[in-house]
Amino acid sequence: MDQKELRLLENQCIQEEPPECMAACPIHLDVRVFVGQMARGAFHEAWKVLRKTMPFPGILGRICDAPCRDHCKRTKAGQAIEIGLLERACVTTSVPKQRILALPKKEKRIAIVGSDLDSLTAAWDLSRKGYGITLFESGEQLGRSLLAMPEAILPRDVVAKEILDLDELGVEIRLNSPIHDKFFLAYLHRGFDALYLGQGDIAELRDEDNGIFACGSSQHGGAGSPVWQAAEGRWAATSMDRYLQKVSLTAGREKDGPYPTKLYTRTDGVIPLPTVQPLDQVQGYTQDEAIREAGRCLQCQCLECVKVCAYLKHFGGYPKKYAREIYNNDSIVMGSRQANKLINSCSLCGLCEAVCPEDFAMQTLCIEARRDMVQKGKMPPSAHEFALLDMAFSNSEQFAMVRHEPGHKASTSVFFPGCQLSASAPAMVKRAYAHLRQIIPGGVGLMLGCCNAPASWAGQEDRFQTEFSGLRDQWISLGRPDIILACSTCYQIFQTYLPEAKIKSLWQVLDEKGLPGDLSVKHGAVPLTVHDPCTTRHEPETQQNVRNLLRRLGQPYEELELGRNHTECCGFGGLMQNANPDLAKTVVQRLSGQSSADYLTYCAGCRDNLAASGKRAVYILDLIFPDTAMPDPGSRKRPGWSLRQENRIRLKDELLNELWREGSRKMADTRADDHEKIILNISPEVQQTLEDRRILIPDIQKVIHHAESTGEALFHPATGHYMTAFKPYKATFWVEYSVSACGFTLHNAYSHRMEVAGKGQP
Amino acid sequence: MNGDYSSPQDLAWKCRKCNINLIVGPATLTYMGNRMTANLSQCPICGYVLISEELALGKMAEVEQVLEDK
Ligand code: SF4
Ligand code: SF4
Ligand code: SF4
Ligand SMILES: [Zn+2]
Repeated sequence: MDQKELRLLENQCIQEEPPECMAACPIHLDVRVFVGQMARGAFHEAWKVLRKTMPFPGILGRICDAPCRDHCKRTKAGQAIEIGLLERACVTTSVPKQRILALPKKEKRIAIVGSDLDSLTAAWDLSRKGYGITLFESGEQLGRSLLAMPEAILPRDVVAKEILDLDELGVEIRLNSPIHDKFFLAYLHRGFDALYLGQGDIAELRDEDNGIFACGSSQHGGAGSPVWQAAEGRWAATSMDRYLQKVSLTAGREKDGPYPTKLYTRTDGVIPLPTVQPLDQVQGYTQDEAIREAGRCLQCQCLECVKVCAYLKHFGGYPKKYAREIYNNDSIVMGSRQANKLINSCSLCGLCEAVCPEDFAMQTLCIEARRDMVQKGKMPPSAHEFALLDMAFSNSEQFAMVRHEPGHKASTSVFFPGCQLSASAPAMVKRAYAHLRQIIPGGVGLMLGCCNAPASWAGQEDRFQTEFSGLRDQWISLGRPDIILACSTCYQIFQTYLPEAKIKSLWQVLDEKGLPGDLSVKHGAVPLTVHDPCTTRHEPETQQNVRNLLRRLGQPYEELELGRNHTECCGFGGLMQNANPDLAKTVVQRLSGQSSADYLTYCAGCRDNLAASGKRAVYILDLIFPDTAMPDPGSRKRPGWSLRQENRIRLKDELLNELWREGSRKMADTRADDHEKIILNISPEVQQTLEDRRILIPDIQKVIHHAESTGEALFHPATGHYMTAFKPYKATFWVEYSVSACGFTLHNAYSHRMEVAGKGQP
Repeated sequence: MNGDYSSPQDLAWKCRKCNINLIVGPATLTYMGNRMTANLSQCPICGYVLISEELALGKMAEVEQVLEDK
């Protein structure tokens, strides 16, 4: 990512765009923060917010005509926030006198003619910028039009007090000035570096090239609007400052006045609330009324993606911020890459893009950053290791295989059940395969293996391409049959990387060609809630196939609010589970909590993740091929990491044995390794420890086997336990065990990656 | 992670091969091209080092993470 791409990405997320109220305000008061403080009852803080932007808040706060109000988002759910009345409520509570901050004095001197709000504002702004200001008024008093307002609205003493601030800033005031005299103006033009002609006064003499500036309210049609007047003075002050600094008067000023904002704020679902009416229509809100009215403010912001993604929420920001963090992570030379976790934790599910008004795709940002890290050798080695080892396992002799249907020399279709279904429910694979052979003529081949999504998710492009071309070769060796996929992740991968193949989901095939005839088990009348796997987000047909099947099965179902193209990830996607197991738990908990009903899903990975979170979840094949030995499939536990591998070994073995009559391979060869003969007693607690730490039984067996054959171990005389370490590949495993009547009892296991060498006697 | 990372419980273990109590002594730790020394419980004869669960999952995991993110 370069600077330009970063800028584009940052601009795509509009979370930091101003709310409507602020964008519509001629002087861009931070209305959202102001109203937020009012809602908290923090009147002094609110007053400070006014003070930051508003000239003479005591005056303008009482009389502002609040053009922002017409743009307030609250109108979409009730009525606009009474911003003007809130300003009044704020400035009519007594506030401590604040020191006025000004820049150091400058040499240049400016004359300001007139003393309406525009002139006063220009004087206020320019004197704070350090210019020497002299204010010329034709009358006997400053602010005549202000003083003419009803006392109840704008008390005279308030005007006098606020104007005193100009004295404090060192503004020189000349009353009774002959401002309509041509010679006088010529004198001002000669004697000052710049000149401002206020509203209603001789503004037609404007000549900006020669330092004569004037109120332009006629152009804006805001003559009757106090805040427009103040804005006119402010813009003139900016122009004069630029004129005196000899920089462009116009560059970068598109947002001087009201402008359209891109901020998106969702209002559907917001309960409509009417305006709080002040009891006293003249004086306006009491403090209590003001707090209630301010409490209706929506505090407009977007965060559509953050609201639906636990990952985005977890890191405390939003995509605009994350884009910068990821950019910085990439450009770091020395020191810690702070965003590695951020980059590796995204589940790549694409929900953010689906809900974002600007289609911001966080998953693209994350996967590209991962590829980049892998290429530069900067990917933390442990981030995805466990999943990649499991993928290698699936693609090894232990599980991978390819065959035509028994008794066939060709295949019109091939079934690819994928690694997760085979790991989770190997018996389902057998039943589905048997059924497919019945309903599809011409031979249904079988391919076992992993679609290699983990390599793709890990950003390991080269490795993915190599492994996937192996799958392509197998497919070609079968004669390019149609591919039937049970897993929606496999579907996504094959669709993207094997576009020349005709692919179908298992659900489409069953929907089109029919379910098994003997659906003897009657399904309950209790509706299940459908969870769509996140990899079906853009597969509405697949989603519909599944619903059609449910209907045919007589299984009532309900939809999740976040279903179909807005479905949430279960925490399995993108290797989130590897890089950030705790977050993956939060993610699946969130999903589990969306409905109290049992879930029905059609991805074995989702099913198991849900089950592991304690959610009752049914896999669709549980309904299609009911297992009499499993009358309550919703209660099926998630098989642990070791069992998931064993299930795959056994599945291949049994299929080869039962269908292709190739003899039992499993017990014969794979258990031929000595370590696999080691018998372990493992309590449920220790079993859980192994699960949490992702330690596999074969690795434990290797460690104990190593200790027992070399004698390398520690011994604890008091307990009789042994403790020993072994490094089968990149991690070192420590195992605490004792010898039991048959085999060994496992007491503990953990691992680390550092390599250690002792020196013995110091 | 220089420093002393042995605990009294560690010293209750004996080297099975050398049949001798562990002592605290210097050991070298390496990861991703970085090298550190620390005092760890080990066999005084063959140098077999004990990495306790607490150390492996605590300080050591932390340092591994830092080095991986460098
Ligand atoms: S949905 Fe998220 S990424 Fe999109 S604009 Fe809103 S905050 Fe930014
Ligand atoms: S609801 Fe609040 S933040 Fe949103 S536009 Fe209205 S005043 Fe501004
Ligand atoms: S987890 Fe899904 S919704 Fe969240 S940022 Fe990643 S791709 Fe977007
Ligand atoms: Zn020893």
